[in-house]
Amino acid sequence: MSKIKVVHYINQFFANIGGEEKADYPAELRVGEVVGPGMALAQKFGDEAEIIATIVCGDSYFNENLDKAKADILAMVKEQAPDIFIAGPAFNAGRYGVACGTIADAVQQELGIPAVTGMYVENPGADMFKNKVYMVSTKNSAAGMRDAVGKLAPLALKIAKGEPIGASCQEGYMPNGIRVNFFEKERGSKRAVKMLIKKLAGKPFETEYPMPTFDRVAPNPAVKDLSKATIALCTSGGIVPKGNPDHIESSNASHYGEYDITGVNDLTEETYETAHGGYDPVYANEDSDRVLPVDVLREMEANGVIGKLHNKFYTTVGNGTAVASAKAFADEYAQKLIADGVDAVIMTST
Amino acid sequence: MVKAIEAAGLPVVHMCTVTPISMTVGANRIVPTIAIPHPLGNPALDKDEEYALRKELVEKALVALTTEVEDQTIFDK
Repeated sequence: MSKIKVVHYINQFFANIGGEEKADYPAELRVGEVVGPGMALAQKFGDEAEIIATIVCGDSYFNENLDKAKADILAMVKEQAPDIFIAGPAFNAGRYGVACGTIADAVQQELGIPAVTGMYVENPGADMFKNKVYMVSTKNSAAGMRDAVGKLAPLALKIAKGEPIGASCQEGYMPNGIRVNFFEKERGSKRAVKMLIKKLAGKPFETEYPMPTFDRVAPNPAVKDLSKATIALCTSGGIVPKGNPDHIESSNASHYGEYDITGVNDLTEETYETAHGGYDPVYANEDSDRVLPVDVLREMEANGVIGKLHNKFYTTVGNGTAVASAKAFADEYAQKLIADGVDAVIMTST
Repeated sequence: MVKAIEAAGLPVVHMCTVTPISMTVGANRIVPTIAIPHPLGNPALDKDEEYALRKELVEKALVALTTEVEDQTIFDK
């Protein structure tokens, strides 16, 4: 029985090429090489499988050149003809998760080769692809590598061997909308009573049937007269006054900043910078207008295109920030914007 | 954050580079931007060209804010 052939996809960081400054690294095929987390996977595979090639690609390169990157990588995978394709694990790295999901899905759809990936449940790539590709649920940082590989490797082997895949809670993948039956150890009446007793005692319990949350918000009516409107700028790109006076964290922000831009017509290298640790900060530090376009909106205000640029902007760092936190920040500052008579908002993201 | 602002009653446009994320998350008005480290800029251009590029993108954002939409819409033309 020959070894299962695996092709592994990772980003520039896990390949030890570099951090954000190398996020534009084009897709590269390394035949016969096991790189970074691939080593942990290979160890878990033992004799059953081997990584015949590793594909490395920069996260910004992939996301900014979707068609070309996909086409190039699909060609590489086709040529290697693996039994299974593994992408990541991406943990909470947003662009990486989106890349892993996108390429794993493409490999399945266009090459008919089974694929599997892994990331943290809040990674944007998760909602986008968990129903299309088996996606192992990981912790939110690479500190969870062992746990991730512990689920990813066995699942990959099962898929490659064509064995039946159990329920999401058994195999460690994110629920993907496909129902798999299994026998519970205790019968239903007992489980229900146990759950009720916990609930009555105010103790935590786990429902067997979570209610779906439909999370869309209907669009608000358009602005009728721009020349009379007050427009506010907000950003998740972490633009702050130089020196980051309120110490907004470069990752997993615990708060947002509110800054007065009365009289500020242009953001300069001397006066503003970015606190965001999830993208190459060089360009935003040189000229923060590249993320928060104060200069253009000031001109438009002076020319009467818009009524007013609101005198405050709201900023936080989107990098690895919990969804619940971001929502709480925006819930709070949206009320301030309304109280201040703002008519519409431009939110910029990196 | 975009959805929280919308839920509070303010029309909001999301200017971002990886628009599939914005779509999945549920923004209603979206304007695609240049690149992750410089969504509203391009350091390869000279200052004037870059400003013109930024202005063009902000103009699209204003079009988005003044256009009625029923579903998620990407404003890129």
